[in-house]
Amino acid sequence: MTDHRTALGRARGLGSAKEGVAHWWVQRVTAVLLIPLVLWFVASLLAHLGADYTGVIAWLHEPLTYGLMVLLLGAMFWHAALGLQVVVEDYVHGEAAKLAVILLAKGACLGLFMAGFVALSKIAFAG
Amino acid sequence: MDAVESHKAMTNRPLSPHLQIYKPQLTSVLSILHRITGVALSVGTILLVYWLVAAASGPAAFATAAGLIGSWLGRLLLFGWTFALFFHLANGIRHLFWDAGIGFELKTVYASGWTVVALATALTLVSFIAGFAMLGDLG
Repeated sequence: MTDHRTALGRARGLGSAKEGVAHWWVQRVTAVLLIPLVLWFVASLLAHLGADYTGVIAWLHEPLTYGLMVLLLGAMFWHAALGLQVVVEDYVHGEAAKLAVILLAKGACLGLFMAGFVALSKIAFAG
Repeated sequence: MDAVESHKAMTNRPLSPHLQIYKPQLTSVLSILHRITGVALSVGTILLVYWLVAAASGPAAFATAAGLIGSWLGRLLLFGWTFALFFHLANGIRHLFWDAGIGFELKTVYASGWTVVALATALTLVSFIAGFAMLGDLG
């Protein structure tokens, strides 16, 4: 493919990094995945409202719940990371600040996913 | 005017959309609301993960989390997040139709916009009425 950037633009590393389509596409794929997952999650929460500790644990212990919850967290945090990145890119100016906030937001998404995944796994594989 | 001054004059010129004098429209309000609810929901994931970690930690931690969520502040936040979730969900589906090239007529854009507002409001209210009925708070 022909590179239409100027020599100066190329030297400065400006212009397309050719990763925009993947970002756009994954944002949509996770969005579509989240439609049924979110509806299932809200319905399940409503069905277990007022349930005590053992009731909630019994629900989270089921293999189907575990699988769908891990899927939900995965799609949700991936979708959030991509969405937050776009918002930061639009409103935070200055390359250093932009990079710092994006890394912080994505790090938080990764950390929260891991915490949720470990918690769900502990409940699912206990006793 | 030297080069620096002329560059300043060029970059300081008013840009469209001129938000201070631009009349808010359904289209622009829903557009920024999609971003605001997206960011709010990202913050809300902290509560979800906290709840899961509390459940994995044992009955005492779970009781603390349930108490926080069940407090009036917890319920108020939950109400806001529920609306944000249903709005972002409904408006997100609207965006997916646009991505497929469907619904760009001005009439359709407004109709789908009002549908999103009505759907998000209705689903939030239905969820809370169902929730209070489950808890027995409605008698």
